[in-house]
Amino acid sequence: MDTPVRIIYYLNQFFGQAGGEDKAGMEPILREEAVGPAAVFDGMARDWGSVVGTVVCGDNYFNENKPEALKRILEMLKQTGAELLVAGPAFNAGRYGMACAELCREAAALLGIPAVTGMYRENPGVDACKKDIYIIETGDSAAGMKSVLSKMAGFAPKLLRQLPIGTPEEEGYIPKGIRKTVFSEKNGSARAVEMLLARLRGEAFETEMPMADFDRVDPAPPVQNLASATIALVSSGGIVPKGNPDRIESASATKFGRYSLAGLDTLDASSYETIHGGYDPVYANLDPNRVVPLDVLREMERSGRIGKVHEYYYATTGTGTSVANAVQFGKEIGAMLQQEKVDAVLLVST
Amino acid sequence: MKWELGKIWIKELQFGPDSKLDKDGTVTLDKAALIEKLMEDRRIAAVGLEIAKPGERTRIIPVKDVIEPRVKVKGEGGGFPGVTHKIAKAGSGRTHALSGMAVVTIGDIVGIQEGIIDMWGEGARYTPFSRTLNLVVDIKPVQGLTPHEHEEVVRLAGLKASAWVGALAKDCEPDELEVFEWGSIAECVRKYPELPKVVYIEMLISQGLLHDTYVYGIDAKQMLPTLFHPNEILDGAVVSGNCVAACDKITTYQHLNNSVIRELYNKHGKELNFLGVILTPELVTLEGKIRSANHAVNLALLIGAEGAIVTEEGYGNTDTDLLMICRKLEEQGIKAVLITDECAGRDGSSQPLADTTPEAKAVVSTGNVSHLISLEPADRVLGNDKAIANLSGGYDESLLADGTIRCELNAIIGSTSEIGYFNVTTKLY
Repeated sequence: MDTPVRIIYYLNQFFGQAGGEDKAGMEPILREEAVGPAAVFDGMARDWGSVVGTVVCGDNYFNENKPEALKRILEMLKQTGAELLVAGPAFNAGRYGMACAELCREAAALLGIPAVTGMYRENPGVDACKKDIYIIETGDSAAGMKSVLSKMAGFAPKLLRQLPIGTPEEEGYIPKGIRKTVFSEKNGSARAVEMLLARLRGEAFETEMPMADFDRVDPAPPVQNLASATIALVSSGGIVPKGNPDRIESASATKFGRYSLAGLDTLDASSYETIHGGYDPVYANLDPNRVVPLDVLREMERSGRIGKVHEYYYATTGTGTSVANAVQFGKEIGAMLQQEKVDAVLLVST
Repeated sequence: MKWELGKIWIKELQFGPDSKLDKDGTVTLDKAALIEKLMEDRRIAAVGLEIAKPGERTRIIPVKDVIEPRVKVKGEGGGFPGVTHKIAKAGSGRTHALSGMAVVTIGDIVGIQEGIIDMWGEGARYTPFSRTLNLVVDIKPVQGLTPHEHEEVVRLAGLKASAWVGALAKDCEPDELEVFEWGSIAECVRKYPELPKVVYIEMLISQGLLHDTYVYGIDAKQMLPTLFHPNEILDGAVVSGNCVAACDKITTYQHLNNSVIRELYNKHGKELNFLGVILTPELVTLEGKIRSANHAVNLALLIGAEGAIVTEEGYGNTDTDLLMICRKLEEQGIKAVLITDECAGRDGSSQPLADTTPEAKAVVSTGNVSHLISLEPADRVLGNDKAIANLSGGYDESLLADGTIRCELNAIIGSTSEIGYFNVTTKLY
């Protein structure tokens, strides 16, 4: 890089040498020099960049006036022609961490300015922003300041030049939670047998897939009065109008469909089919009501056992669909059902 | 029980007037004779035969099964006992294999579980079957077959073709001879008392059309988990029903060359004591899942296993089977290592499995089935590339006008093999 990259540095009141907790309410100021850690960073970045300004802001001010604080600091970044934002490291300081994380995220998202910060793994700023930005991992106290700054200064040019970013272990950042598919030297069988032998010998081993913590949903209370309830049909069994008008995938669904049941007594095999790739489709295609039981619900509607069948049913494919997509579908379908004043849902899986 | 696998290294594959296997590893096939053989099944209207070689810009789609051509030269049985040949016990005597060659079945789509083999480029990197000399068998069934009959016709045609080709190796001298000898559990424990006792629990998809597996000809849906001698599986006891998504179906080829069994065999008597294989069906009902898990774990306990490798076939509901088996093993003090792929979404940010249990502390990942890849246009397409729109891993816009295919790994045969046959994994970034 020929001309030095213009770096703006963000610090809280303490590291920005404005004062202690008594200055936590200070509004953001821009100092046209490298202050404290910014000066150390400036020295480390000598070959490629220069800290042209340090923004100092009180932790309380930032967290209690987020929109205003962000607006003012982003304005400072624009004014100074910042090409890189460096914030912190915040170590285990929660309010400072939140400020570094959110400022870096907004600068990258709104202004397209590459941003890097540093934090301890348990800092609340990590969970807030690790998906969006690179956070260099630090210890829980400021004792390791110099080595963290050196890691940040080593990492930043890769972001700037858009070079390939290595693994979290190689680069020292906190994993962003992205599972990348890569080639392995040994095949899966060999890795599994080695892992088992390590376990049996009591040696250290590392799983390739840490288990997720699932949120458990409490079942809804029973419907008080079925005879007056509107019941909706929702299914992950892939029953769609023939021809699959929304082109829902047969596996790994990225969308769901909403289809009218108005005037229908049953889901006829000539008009509906399954596109689900995860089960034997023959019997569902012979009678789609086996998966979306409209026929039975209509009978119950006529006999007065339920109030009425909701006008639309919702369908997607469950097989191979990521939990993240499923959660999103659930939220969107749930919101629509609520808006449509549905009382209960028959949720049919396959 | 002692079984020998004689490998004949196949270097070239071609059509010609007479079928033969030359000493230099060249296989010549009489096209008309093989077609005539396969057409004996009156449910077949037409058979097409093509050859696809590594490095060629050839795309094969939609692929149903892949099979290694073999022949039994000594001992009981032959082919796939109970399926293509009369019932016999597999796993003793000697079998010859045309190593480096494969029979690949394609044809009209039966369901949505078929996949792609690219013989070159980016796609080739993701499937082991881009490295074999492939005899591609295109089966067109007669009209009016039910989907279940259609699947059976294609399955049997592939197995028959592989037996027909395999017969060429009957009188050959193998280039390499592997010996698989393993007596009884009691004998192993007596011989290697200090080595940890390890069992392999292989889960088989058993869920209906294109989700079935056949064990000695029995539909695995109808069996309780059963203990097998490892040789039986390597010698044709298990046949794929063209099951589940292409990326993680266990093709018949992979049953014959099960890499977990091979790995455990390699270390048997040196680092561990291999106690055998428990085949367990993955059923659709909760009752079925509990029954299979209970019984598989009970067998492991009865034979004194201290550790277990558990491999899944498929994903989604079968994640529950995998983790249920794992939990029950660990509750009994048997240490488990699982092999599975993951559904982490196209961006890789979702949690990987559809279920969870804290006991699953040792898991090998064989890749994210939703990882997106782009396959450049082929010079030659065997089959029909429009099929991608309906395959697992494909979507409506998968096939571009110039022949490029964008799809998930889901659609690439063997890419995320959950018996760990291949070299794909995930890394957390």
